[in-house]
Amino acid sequence: MLSSLWRYRHFVASAIRAELKGRFARSRLGALWYILNPLAQAAIYALVLAEVMGARMPRMAGVAAYPIYLMSGMAAWGLFSEILSRCMTVFIEYSGTLKKISFPRLCLPLIVWGGALVNHAMLLLAIFVVFMFYGYYPSVTWFVLPIGIVIISMLAFGIGVLLGILNVFSRDVSQAIGVVLQLWFWVTPIVYSYEAVPPRIRWLIDLNPMAPLARIYQDALLFHRWPDFQLLAYPALIGIGMFGLSFVIFRRASSELVDAL
Amino acid sequence: MSAVVLEVRGVGKCYATYRSMFGRLLSWLGFAALTKGDYWAVKDISFALRSGEALALIGANGAGKSTLLKLVTGTVRPSTGTIAMTARISSILELGLGFNPEFTGRQNVHFAAGLMGYSGRQIEELMPSIADFSELGVFFDQPLRIYSSGMQARLAFAVATATRPDVLIVDEVLSVGDSYFQHKSFDRIRQFKAQGTALLFVTHNMADVRALCDRVILLDGGAILKDGPADEVTDYYNALVAQREHGKFDCEQRRTDDGWVQTKSGTGQAVIAELTLHDAASGDPVSMARVGQSLQLKVVVEVKDDIPHLVLGTMLRDRTGHVVWASNTWHTHQRLDDLRAGQRVVYHLAFCCRLGPGSYSISPALVSTDTHLVDNFEWIDNALVFDVVNEDLDNFIGSCWLDASYTILCGD
Repeated sequence: MLSSLWRYRHFVASAIRAELKGRFARSRLGALWYILNPLAQAAIYALVLAEVMGARMPRMAGVAAYPIYLMSGMAAWGLFSEILSRCMTVFIEYSGTLKKISFPRLCLPLIVWGGALVNHAMLLLAIFVVFMFYGYYPSVTWFVLPIGIVIISMLAFGIGVLLGILNVFSRDVSQAIGVVLQLWFWVTPIVYSYEAVPPRIRWLIDLNPMAPLARIYQDALLFHRWPDFQLLAYPALIGIGMFGLSFVIFRRASSELVDAL
Repeated sequence: MSAVVLEVRGVGKCYATYRSMFGRLLSWLGFAALTKGDYWAVKDISFALRSGEALALIGANGAGKSTLLKLVTGTVRPSTGTIAMTARISSILELGLGFNPEFTGRQNVHFAAGLMGYSGRQIEELMPSIADFSELGVFFDQPLRIYSSGMQARLAFAVATATRPDVLIVDEVLSVGDSYFQHKSFDRIRQFKAQGTALLFVTHNMADVRALCDRVILLDGGAILKDGPADEVTDYYNALVAQREHGKFDCEQRRTDDGWVQTKSGTGQAVIAELTLHDAASGDPVSMARVGQSLQLKVVVEVKDDIPHLVLGTMLRDRTGHVVWASNTWHTHQRLDDLRAGQRVVYHLAFCCRLGPGSYSISPALVSTDTHLVDNFEWIDNALVFDVVNEDLDNFIGSCWLDASYTILCGD
């Protein structure tokens, strides 16, 4: 399976390029929209919650702290939800190709993954610029981000491929996941901080593997702290587990995949 | 005999429906799940393909032709049997798959060729020949959305056949595009075949089948109904199509000593009692005609049942099965009405033998309208065979005598 993927590396690379360019073909700002969308979203949250509701980061002074906190968490979440939701629908999007051309099917989620990683890198670059604008200089803790990226993408890839296979057989899956993802977003400390959560429902957040992953970003970008590696063990295990499981199920299901498309 | 490049043995494809999503999930995890019902799209198909051989799959819609091609291509996996191939296989099941209208021709070539498994360097090497075959000129670097459908078809075909595969699988894609494209793509396929590529294709065009194929497999309801030489199977299929319309199917086939296959089908409500070819002037029977000779075909029909209408059709075909000329008395407004059992009808068809040297056959058909799909009383393929020789005229080749002449003007 892996050797055939290697043989198709040129296809995967050119498909990632096509994916990035294709989505905003014939728009003037083009790829800039990839960055503008999440930044605008963060700006809206910051405006509403900080200016209107008066939210402030506990124990942090300065106007910039809350927007930076928001942007860090949303960058992590954006990577997760993009990989997950695109992996979920990619088999259906390419159904014609899957039915009529013989190529390694695992290329498709890989293309999605690659595209999301490039987007994410561009977003991080934009965040970097915004931070400079706030006069908030990045520290050496930025270098820990790749660890977060790897765990988040394994988790999202694993869940996404599993759901993508199920979605081929029953389209209810993608509809349901839309709702689930929204709920999941609010169970992750992105807009609020972990400390603000009442202790009696903290277990819910402790169960959420995305919580420590968003925290890596917040720690590295805002607090300039190294992550608590003990906390990372749980999401890393779930990520590897999901990633492995998705491979096993994919191997079993792939012969039936085309039959149902 | 050349080597076998593709061997299909006992292949079947079953589409299972599970009782629930959960049952399907369990089956992936290794548990036996109950299935609600099975549908066999193809079953127990076996054939072998040798290099340089061309095999066509024909049959009605839903006979399993496309499923079989997908099985050989590898996108659909067989439920039973094995498919063994010893060669590089290339499939064109649909033209222009994976093309993005926003990208230029060149970018799309990169994408589509990548999908076929070519590396970046190979694609760069193939690019000039792809650009050349597709004849797009400056459009090659323009976005695909401004292409005409013929241009898209040329580009897609150029990519799909960029290198010569050992086995080429083609599913009815040649019917798209203009006739220039069809000609061009046919030419390339013929070249591949001459160089040793084995062809496996699906088509509804019987002329293509006869022109390109050595062998034809007729599929019906997912199983092989007939496997044999092109002329034999296509004539059989033609008879089958007629009988589909009205129940009973009765078809005899035999091969004559000189290699022509006679296929006879029909209800027998009217039969051909006599079919002879004569010289128009002397009335002598003719089996060897001269180019330009005036001939007369005599057809005697015996009516066995009372029938409301009778139309005689005659088809003249050359050695390869190409129809040289065909018409019937419906088109000439000479339909006969209200015939009684026991009646005899004599037809004379006078024509000038404007044919090139070679062997030709005449196939008569007794029907009631302009096609044989409503009533087919009797249809005999290649019932009469005659040769045409060129005795008095300057030498020429081809299946038609044009009575052409050169006028030559020489400059100083």
